[in-house]
Amino acid sequence: MSSYYFVIIGTRDNPIYELEFSSFRSGVSGIQVPGKSQFSPSVKEILPFISHSALDIIEDAQWSTNSFNLGKIDSFYGLMINAFISQGNIKYVLCYDANGSGTNGSSSPSLNKNDENSIKQFFTEANELYVKCLLNPFYSVNNAITSPDFDHRMKLLARKYL
Amino acid sequence: MSNDNIIYPSVHSFSNLSLSDSSRTGFGYNPYKGPSSNAITPETSNILINKKTVSLTPTSFDSIYDRNILKKVPEISLSSFSFLFCEIVNWTRNNSKGIQDLEQRLNTLGYQIGQRFLELVKTRERIKYSKREIKILEILQFIHGAFWKSIFGKTANELEKSQDIENEYMIIDDIPLVSKFISVPKDYGNLSCSAFTAGIIEGALDSACFPATVTAHSVPKEGLPLRTVFLIKFDESLYTRENLRFN
Repeated sequence: MSSYYFVIIGTRDNPIYELEFSSFRSGVSGIQVPGKSQFSPSVKEILPFISHSALDIIEDAQWSTNSFNLGKIDSFYGLMINAFISQGNIKYVLCYDANGSGTNGSSSPSLNKNDENSIKQFFTEANELYVKCLLNPFYSVNNAITSPDFDHRMKLLARKYL
Repeated sequence: MSNDNIIYPSVHSFSNLSLSDSSRTGFGYNPYKGPSSNAITPETSNILINKKTVSLTPTSFDSIYDRNILKKVPEISLSSFSFLFCEIVNWTRNNSKGIQDLEQRLNTLGYQIGQRFLELVKTRERIKYSKREIKILEILQFIHGAFWKSIFGKTANELEKSQDIENEYMIIDDIPLVSKFISVPKDYGNLSCSAFTAGIIEGALDSACFPATVTAHSVPKEGLPLRTVFLIKFDESLYTRENLRFN
């Protein structure tokens, strides 16, 4: 099962929300908490760096394509990086380990396509949640999102799509 | 601070968060702690798996996050908006030092509305067709069309390019909604309360990475005494990008 690291990055390259989780479609239950991220401590500490280094590629893609979802844009030693960018220049980055479904490295292409689609769905709805947060007059662009409600909804999205 | 403190969703509470704060419910991101602050615990995992309803904040049951923002909202009454805007101008005027300052303040008020509306309108539009605006002309057409329509209920009247200056564009509105009932006294010179609308445009353009300065000028025409020109002056750096990318 894959682990995920999701981060929303503001216009000044500042993280405004982070979340670590793993796929809730867990095969082995009882052993560990469903949804808890399985990144090793050494990977955990470099995750922010990996997503930060993907920003260069995102900013390049930002002006060469006019789609919101940028798809898979980078990889780093078995970690895949997908990104999404909104019109207001807010970046959504998702890092995940690819050796999730089966240990045989590359899984069937149809499954991969499914994954891409569910990540796209996840990004789209995450963006919607962010817009709802932005509509709050007490929130201003680039503030960290500390609302427990936002966190709860985001985790529900993670459970639903990934 | 004790753990009993709920983290409320406001800027104020953000400044109160510190490294030692942890959420009582297991939900809520703390930027000083990073992802470990909202890591999934056995309790929160249980709540998520079983889709239990939880009351995290006083507003949890009628939270903005449960509303549908994609639906078109009913229009609000023009008279109530005009009263509100009248009070806004009055309040701003009392705080300001002069006409220029007054316009600047109105601009600032509009700015954050622009930032928000840009994202909102784009999110709504995405259901029909998904396209991010990356060229100057496209973003201007978007502002002039869909964006204007969702705020004022109609598109702006004209979109023109300045003949003399390369980086200047004009959006022209014959009957601007915000200043429909405003007549400017003589001693206020060329004050235009549409500076508020100019701020909205500026906020939207800036956050879409098209840095610009927008000013409002009243240019009456025969039969159209309220006709307003929004002068958009783009940053030079923008043309460097545009040339690199699209030429």
